[in-house]
Amino acid sequence: MKKKYVKSLIGIGVNAMNKTVSLISKNFKNLDPKSLQEYLHAGGYLGLEKALASTPAQVIQEVKKSGLQGRGGAAYPTGRKWEQAAAVEGPRKIVICNADEGEPGTFKDRYLLQYDPFKIIEGMTIAAYAVGATEGYIYIREEYKKLQDQMKIVIASALEGGFLGDNILGTGLCFHIKVVSGAGAYVCGENSTLIESIEGKSGRPRIKPPYIKEKGLFGLPTLVNNVETFSVIPVIFEIGAEEYSKYGTEFSKGTKLISLCGNIQYPGTYEIPFGLTLREIIYDIGGGIRDGKKLKFLQLGGASGAILPASKIDIPYTYEDFEGNGLTIGSGAILIADETNKVVDYMKSVQDFFLHESCGKCTPCREGNRQLSKIINRFVSGTASIEDFQTVERFARVMKYCSFCGLGQTAPSALLSAIQHFPDEFYQQIHKVRKIM
Amino acid sequence: MMETTLDKDLFDKIDGIIHAYEHDRHNLVQILLQAQDLIPRHYIPMEVATYIGEQLGVPLSKVYDVISFYSALSDRPKAQHVIQLCKSTTCRVNKYQTVRDVLERELDIKMGEITSDGKFALEYSACFGACDISPAFRIDTEVFGNLNEEKIRQILDRYRGECNE
Amino acid sequence: MKYYQITIDHKQITVPEGTTILEAAKLVNIKIPTLCYHPDQSIKANCRICLVEISGKDDLVAACSTPVWEGANILTNSRLVRDMQKGVLELILANHPQDCLRCIRNGNCELQNLCEIFHIAKSNLEDEVDALPVDDSSPSLARDHRKCIKCNRCIEMCQDVQGVSILSHAHRSIKYNITPAFERNLMDTLCVFCGQCSSVCPVGAIYEKDDTDKVWEAIDDPKKHVIVQIAPAVRVSIGDAFGMAPGTKVTGKVVAALRRIGFDKVFDTDFTADLTIMEEGSELLHRMKDHGILPMITSCSPGWINYIEGHYPHLLRHLSSCKSPQQMFGALSKTYYAEKIGLDPANIFTVSIMPCTAKKYEASREEMISNGYREVDAVLTTRELARMIKTSSIDFIGIEEEEFDLPFGISTGAGVIFGATGGVMEAALRSVYELATGTALNNIEFTDVRGLEGIKEATVVINDQPIKVAVAHGLSNARKILDYIDNGQCDYTFIEIMCCPGGCIGGGGQPIGSTLAVKEQRIQGIYAIDQDMPIRKAHKNPAVLKLYEEYLGTPLGHLSHKLLHTTYRARSEDLHLLSLWQKETASSKE
Repeated sequence: MKKKYVKSLIGIGVNAMNKTVSLISKNFKNLDPKSLQEYLHAGGYLGLEKALASTPAQVIQEVKKSGLQGRGGAAYPTGRKWEQAAAVEGPRKIVICNADEGEPGTFKDRYLLQYDPFKIIEGMTIAAYAVGATEGYIYIREEYKKLQDQMKIVIASALEGGFLGDNILGTGLCFHIKVVSGAGAYVCGENSTLIESIEGKSGRPRIKPPYIKEKGLFGLPTLVNNVETFSVIPVIFEIGAEEYSKYGTEFSKGTKLISLCGNIQYPGTYEIPFGLTLREIIYDIGGGIRDGKKLKFLQLGGASGAILPASKIDIPYTYEDFEGNGLTIGSGAILIADETNKVVDYMKSVQDFFLHESCGKCTPCREGNRQLSKIINRFVSGTASIEDFQTVERFARVMKYCSFCGLGQTAPSALLSAIQHFPDEFYQQIHKVRKIM
Repeated sequence: MMETTLDKDLFDKIDGIIHAYEHDRHNLVQILLQAQDLIPRHYIPMEVATYIGEQLGVPLSKVYDVISFYSALSDRPKAQHVIQLCKSTTCRVNKYQTVRDVLERELDIKMGEITSDGKFALEYSACFGACDISPAFRIDTEVFGNLNEEKIRQILDRYRGECNE
Repeated sequence: MKYYQITIDHKQITVPEGTTILEAAKLVNIKIPTLCYHPDQSIKANCRICLVEISGKDDLVAACSTPVWEGANILTNSRLVRDMQKGVLELILANHPQDCLRCIRNGNCELQNLCEIFHIAKSNLEDEVDALPVDDSSPSLARDHRKCIKCNRCIEMCQDVQGVSILSHAHRSIKYNITPAFERNLMDTLCVFCGQCSSVCPVGAIYEKDDTDKVWEAIDDPKKHVIVQIAPAVRVSIGDAFGMAPGTKVTGKVVAALRRIGFDKVFDTDFTADLTIMEEGSELLHRMKDHGILPMITSCSPGWINYIEGHYPHLLRHLSSCKSPQQMFGALSKTYYAEKIGLDPANIFTVSIMPCTAKKYEASREEMISNGYREVDAVLTTRELARMIKTSSIDFIGIEEEEFDLPFGISTGAGVIFGATGGVMEAALRSVYELATGTALNNIEFTDVRGLEGIKEATVVINDQPIKVAVAHGLSNARKILDYIDNGQCDYTFIEIMCCPGGCIGGGGQPIGSTLAVKEQRIQGIYAIDQDMPIRKAHKNPAVLKLYEEYLGTPLGHLSHKLLHTTYRARSEDLHLLSLWQKETASSKE
């Protein structure tokens, strides 16, 4: 099973030397990202041309065939999402690109925005054609201010080149895209919250139903996908869904951008086919642990992802293998921590993040994070008690089952996995007097 | 200390922003972000919040909700340059504390404080996606990474050297 | 309509599409615990106490916000559900002050009830209550942010129902709170003090400013002659506080209880409501005859006055100059009444019992001084009076009914209907018609202006002339009327506006739990009292006529004008106009 990817390595664009591939990343650092000419020269907009030559239903069929799953974290099948969006009736429809990448340790969308912005809007345009949308929004986090400015320039030249606007490539297709800035709030990565933010409000998630596919931005049917998901779309049409789905494994098709960071020799964004093991990613792609240190643990998928001890790095990077091991691909972040890091201290950093980013609307997330932070602080200062383990477990469950949105539901996952894999480091921090009792 | 000049010129510029966003209340966040950029110490005073709210037909309490909610907006004056040091997970394993110590020493202030000349504010930030060059900080919209003591000093000198606007 | 067959706690039931799990459960007599849910409000789903289990799915959903689906199999009392509900409660409690015995809502608190049901003992959580000061800046309301459980009910009242939008949520995570913009005190905002926020708060986070001590002190002072008036709406609502059926008429019991408490005289605001009709009706006829400013708008509701003063100051000239019945009573108590019983007004302490928190603010206004004395010395809400009755060990349900004192105890059916939306209009029409035409009105019940519809219209023909009138209650409805006037689309001659939804029977000082259903019963109670009155037209009130004869002279006469009319001012321009002012001064500096 571990070797499923091997077959796909023979495909196009595979760099066998370091096991990465170049489908959605093929333009990275190879062209002037602002130049439409250079993008076209590199094969840009071939995907859109091919898509426009088919019917919207065929486009959706092709996306389904590719096996693409949403790359934002939830991994919902993209084709099915589009099919539902196309079926919804509405006066107007909207396509939103979620570029509010905020999971700590994640920066792969930044690479796409920075090095290949045309691909994103090409993907969005294909989506708009498939689902029947006329308005598009790219919600880019405030921290990527400069990339917002670049995106505005890119949109303007696409418009000028006839790749956006009222009559795209002379087909009569009408699609316009606006860039909207985030303002520093992780929770806006949640789709309904992102919509609240585009509507000029504070970012607090909406009650579902109604679902945003029916009543999203301005109450209109809305399709939201991640930057990477949209970037894959032109590739699917350029090389064909069948070719794309040759990459990866049976249940995790295609390639994935990962953000490799932490105590690693070569941090960066890499495109890999699903199926490499974490060991290959760390040592063959990332060059191993920096400064000759030993690997201690990884955090996968961002702050809301689980902690994995070094002993388990032979797990293949696929949705199915991750699920079987209580992990999530999440944002694609792979954070490497070496032996010098204390797990408890690291968890404080994770917990500080959630305490800062909870929107405060619902009780379990607001008060649960308050309590988890207090407990972590006790572990850090060595004043925790044995009961704190139970308290963490009990209220982590309350947060998981009862929180309003994904932020609160996933906030305690890292802590639970850290205690599971490194219990001793937590036990050491129990107050000595209490320990005897 | 009343640092902000709430002069006609400022309100004219804000009018321009509101106009560019078609007086549409849905653009409140965008308008506040841009208005804040016009104000030397990077915040939204109550007068400006009131004015923008009135122009867009948004109650002041809701404008305040937005300002207080988002990290990029502030209702209190900051400094001419805001230095935001990431202390999230990646920068944690890459020992952001060493960067913090240099910054605090160089600027002679602690995290969360503003230099007496109002030039620099020092604060923590959540991850801003510069993990490939961690440890990193932002000065306003500029990101600096792979930091060491020498590099930090050079960066600060560059900002210190610029003349006051 | 589609119907779904579902199972709740092993009981099958068929419900229409769109029914929430919470509603469906009620149908099988299961009351799922709730906290942010309020029957009259939109679904918020933020407290997360009403979570229920989807059988076999290892998933919980909020019962309040989740509609049922075909075949849904729901468990409301599984082990998981109970554990989670208890966990959520413990989390709330760890952030909530635990001095329940000292809380104004002790014994009438939704959080306390849940803690009792779930038997929340000490948990392993570390208590952390935000150290925030109590905002007691206004004479009407106090806000204790520490007790807030962030249910957002007050926000819906303030923003959507009243459209005043003083309160909003702000900040995030553990700093998330409910606050006026820039954390100001209520007194520094354009808050109208309607108190609707306090009437929906499930806990003691926002409540009426308690003035009972002030009143006890006056009662205990042998030098003070302490008199009290009770507003129309109080007599059909205070029974709620003693477990009586909503809308029960308890006028005689209140009178008796007030005497037991120790008030020297017990009077009826209905009397000055009748007097208000004499003045306001005359003012309307005067404006109609002399081409004065029309439409004329009623001025009895202090929350409404605060609203127009703060938000539509350019329309102030449309307001009737009449003081409210509370203030007319107060003015007379320190003048006519003092003379009549031969007491120095300095020794008269006038108390009013009102369904309203804004009345406290009204009584404190600088205009509300007559003969050199504060017209009304203390205003108690219905809730505060209930507290005083309980403190006095009075068996309210059992107490024998008594009559009001004279002369301010005589009133008509016109006075009592002031308590319901449309009542002032109806009372005015009964009198204005007869005063203007000189002929008797056959059908005195103007049913078009009754009921809970937001804006009601009617046309009355007076001397062959059709007169169009309108009634609005709740400030978001008031705003619509004001916008008609602003847009020049308004052809009304006379408008009644009440600040609170339902009128005074729905006031912000009424017993907790004043839902729409309760309000309807109170309205029925009010009209039943009217129907039973021997006299139902204000201008036929013999005591009012005698007052004019003995003291005031004529409606709108010199003394009436001095005592019974008032002026208005644009309120708190600082906020509204500050930015413009800033702009102007800045440009003039150049």
